Amino acid sequence: MSLIFDIKRYSINDGPGIRLTIFFKGCPLNCIWCHNPEGISTKREKLYNRQKCINCKSCVAKCPNSALAMEYDDISTDANFCINCGECTEACPTGALGISGEELSAEQIMKEIKKETIVFDQSEGGVTFCGGEPLIHRNMLMELLDRCGELRIHRAVDTCLFASEEVVREVAGNCELILADLKHMDPQKHKEFTGQTNELILSNIRMLAGEGYNFTVRIPLIEGVNADEENIKATAEFLASLPGAEERKVELLPYHNVGIGKHSRLGTKYNPLNIPMNKPSPEKISRCISIFKELEIEATAK
Amino acid sequence: MTERISKLRKISVEIEPTLSIERALIETQFYKENLDKYPVPILRALNFLEICKKKTIYIGEDELIVGERGPKPKAVPTFPELTCHSAEDLNILNKRELQRYTISQEDIKRYEEEVIPFWSGRTQRERIFSHVPQEWRDAYESGLFTEFMEQRAPGHTALDGKIYKFGMLDFKRQIREHLDSLDFLNDPEATDKQEQLRAMDISCDAVILFAERHALLAEKMAADLQKELESKYDATGNSKADESIRRASDRRIQELRKIAEVCRWIPANAPRNLHEALQMYWFVHLGTITELNGWDAMNPGHLDQHLAPFYEKEIAEGTLTRDEAKELISCFWIKVNNHPAPPKVGITARESGTYNDFTNINIGGVKPDGTDGSSEISYIILEVIDELHILQPGSSIHISSRTPDRFLLAGCEVIRKGYGYPSVFNADAYIQEMVRQGKSLQDAREGGCSGCIEVGAFGKEAYLLTGYLNVPKILEVTLNNGVDPVGGKQVGLKTGEAADFKNFDELYDAFIKQLNYITDLKIRVSNYIDRMFAKYAPATFLSVVIEDCIKKGKDYYNGGPRYNTNYIQCTGLGTVTDSLAAIKWHVFEKQTVTMDKLMKAVANNFSGEEILRQRIINKTPFFGNDNDYADSIAVRVYEDLYRAIEGKPNTKGESFHLNMLSTTCHVYFGKVTGATPNGRLAGLSISDGTSPSQGADTHGPTAVIKSLGKLDQIKSGGTLLNLRFLPSLVKSNSDLVKLASLIRSYFSMNGHHIQFNIVDTETLRDAQKNPGEYRDLLVRMAGYSDYFNDMNRDLQEEIISRTENGQL
Repeated sequence: MSLIFDIKRYSINDGPGIRLTIFFKGCPLNCIWCHNPEGISTKREKLYNRQKCINCKSCVAKCPNSALAMEYDDISTDANFCINCGECTEACPTGALGISGEELSAEQIMKEIKKETIVFDQSEGGVTFCGGEPLIHRNMLMELLDRCGELRIHRAVDTCLFASEEVVREVAGNCELILADLKHMDPQKHKEFTGQTNELILSNIRMLAGEGYNFTVRIPLIEGVNADEENIKATAEFLASLPGAEERKVELLPYHNVGIGKHSRLGTKYNPLNIPMNKPSPEKISRCISIFKELEIEATAK
Repeated sequence: MTERISKLRKISVEIEPTLSIERALIETQFYKENLDKYPVPILRALNFLEICKKKTIYIGEDELIVGERGPKPKAVPTFPELTCHSAEDLNILNKRELQRYTISQEDIKRYEEEVIPFWSGRTQRERIFSHVPQEWRDAYESGLFTEFMEQRAPGHTALDGKIYKFGMLDFKRQIREHLDSLDFLNDPEATDKQEQLRAMDISCDAVILFAERHALLAEKMAADLQKELESKYDATGNSKADESIRRASDRRIQELRKIAEVCRWIPANAPRNLHEALQMYWFVHLGTITELNGWDAMNPGHLDQHLAPFYEKEIAEGTLTRDEAKELISCFWIKVNNHPAPPKVGITARESGTYNDFTNINIGGVKPDGTDGSSEISYIILEVIDELHILQPGSSIHISSRTPDRFLLAGCEVIRKGYGYPSVFNADAYIQEMVRQGKSLQDAREGGCSGCIEVGAFGKEAYLLTGYLNVPKILEVTLNNGVDPVGGKQVGLKTGEAADFKNFDELYDAFIKQLNYITDLKIRVSNYIDRMFAKYAPATFLSVVIEDCIKKGKDYYNGGPRYNTNYIQCTGLGTVTDSLAAIKWHVFEKQTVTMDKLMKAVANNFSGEEILRQRIINKTPFFGNDNDYADSIAVRVYEDLYRAIEGKPNTKGESFHLNMLSTTCHVYFGKVTGATPNGRLAGLSISDGTSPSQGADTHGPTAVIKSLGKLDQIKSGGTLLNLRFLPSLVKSNSDLVKLASLIRSYFSMNGHHIQFNIVDTETLRDAQKNPGEYRDLLVRMAGYSDYFNDMNRDLQEEIISRTENGQL
């Protein structure tokens, strides 16, 4: 069983063709811009969407531990009493209260994957495992990769690569495509923005390139964090120095602030250090693309 | 777009539809003088001839393709022999806010004096309504179904390629041969056939005459222009006119002479080039929509396949350029746009409130031999659709496993623009549908879609749509022991009180009993109406161009065509499935609510029961999410609709079939249906076609197509799927490739049809607030596109309530 927080169909930006994306819960990094903050914790979490709430208090009445209260048209949960039993979300008629994270078996996940076979076949798409961080669910991930492999379903794994080389190698050897996230070249800044330094990540990228695995590098492009000329240059130089650089594909994912809404549903704070983050301008995006191009690396922006 | 086309487009788009009483006046006068002199078919043909002889002929400035049904563009005639509008109707049409047709008070007065008194008591509509049983009337008035043929003649037809091979003189020869071989000794129907064939012969003459009058007018206009030009020359031959004006006049004189030449050759003879081919079709089109007002105007069918041989020949010979071909096709497109639907009143206006008259031009598909039907002309047509982006004609791309991806992608590029067209059809599926109904493989391949999503064997079939069935209302009546809770009348059978159903199957069985009862009631009257048209309003010209009518000596409405089918269009599969799922899940299985409580909540429009309503909406497996719980109910209902309708005999020895479409009728049906157990509030639209209920599909478009893929669509005569996408989902070319593969995925499951609205809610809301800034905003309704501004608020809201598929 693994904790899955979303399964998304008609996913068109996570690998070739039309994809089904499986979101594993739990991540070793804690990026300040994370647009899936419910994917960070390895535990089930309660989500509260105020806009959907009709103030019926069905949840308050149902809670066995009296952890819920309605204050100023707002449901608040006392974390000291909440045991994440899910009774309140069962009782909620509108889906305003929900639990993020469902324990699913490989069988249950495969059932969802198989539903999309026709679409995979027609679009030359497949399944993408992401998160959170799929690699921390090593056993489940490997089982799913094996079973999809048997069915000849195209497999992509979207990972932050903060994992042991052994795990990365094992996964890379059992999928068709690795989507390797690379956030910053400077170890200190990396730590500042994500909670971890980048040595392990960079060494895994070196390994992937050195051993000839098929991978695409994905960079969230954030003004104020990593979109500066210096970092992009360093990134491009790093990638250019690796074996097979001429075939390397880089995808730039311009920043958007959708994480704000999700944090508020989780009851957590977005960007607690108030680091200024902005969407890069179209000019900036093209500049970044050309920096890669100068080193003969093909970069595209989504 | 050439200067000519942009001028013609401007006129066509900006001019307001008007009512013309000319046809009614000519017809009334003719009927007064001739009513009892001739057998009906000949009377009808002579009436058609009289109109062609006397109606005002219009040739507009810059036009290359000529001919209007009315005296000028967008002037729509009335058909008092079918439904005679009252002075009040005309005043409503003149003043109503949407789908207005202006008419002068003077014309209304004249109509009152000269037209209405004669037709009073003689119209087809009165004939029909004086004969229908009371049960039918009650059910009809409660909104359980509609009746297509009460204001317009049966139509839904499209042509095959014969008018590009034969002219009217050829048809006259064929008619003569059959007249000569009539066996008055042994064939009891010989006299009827003789009358019919003579009427068809007269109809051919009428259309030749109609074209000849255009030739005469064009020649006169050319001569006038010449004279005008000459008057500007002085004695020494020096032009006083500006050189550029002179050149333009010279050019127009040449064009008018060419028009005269074309109109004199066709429709009497088969066309020899692309220009003649388009004009040939256009005269046939005008002929059929002038003799009667059949539902769904007329349709050239596979226009690209018909035009391709002419185009290829002329390109090879160097007598035509690609640009010239495109300009001619554009002229034709604008002609269709000049013809708004004949005005409807009352319920019929509510079920189909649009100017669109549903000419749906088929592009691509397969040829009769099964090979790919797309050609350069197909791409030219896609360019024309994109550049003009006007209301009419509608267009659809037809995809088979043989269709190249290049063509599908070219179509998707136009879809991305967000006009709502072209819609997309699965040629491989509808060929199977037609073969299943008994058509030959070749006839099926030559067929396609006319109107919204209905398919038929083009040029060989009368496929009559008889009206919509309000399936959610049938459930409503079932849950109220046969009583319509909105109107309070007993309209169905007494199948028991809701609270007494012990399990889901008992409820479902009662629902099927009601379904069968209502369907039979409808078919009974539809058959009666069919005979009324065969007897009193034969379509003698249409019969000339539909295969086997000449051979059989029978009218289009009387079993003349090779194939004769009838359809009932079922509406609200999503709403009824979700309602049944809600009852099954919450009442019988999870027991979260009793039937009694749910029924009370429904009866009170969920007033005070918002928690219950929300629980149903958010905690019931609904159709359209690739969830077998709900989808299996949809399949069960679909199969039972099929069983209730399929094979019921029509009046021509053939039978009724199932169709799943709604046009705008799902909005009208919603108005007359109370709250439904799926949490839908009273008065709101029910679901359209086979689409999921608005907002019920929450798992993305692949889940929707998977759910619909579970229906055995080959058993129907067409299904309809609407999907709404955010523009951001089709931004890049690789997104478009994915859209194309989504379509291929659906079609690999035998999906019949899919269409897209590419527009976000914000834009639609803004368009409601600032209509002036969105005059051009076309959106997909159901089977056709319409201007958002021309839709009433209910229709607008229905579109906004559809699930918005997007991605961050």
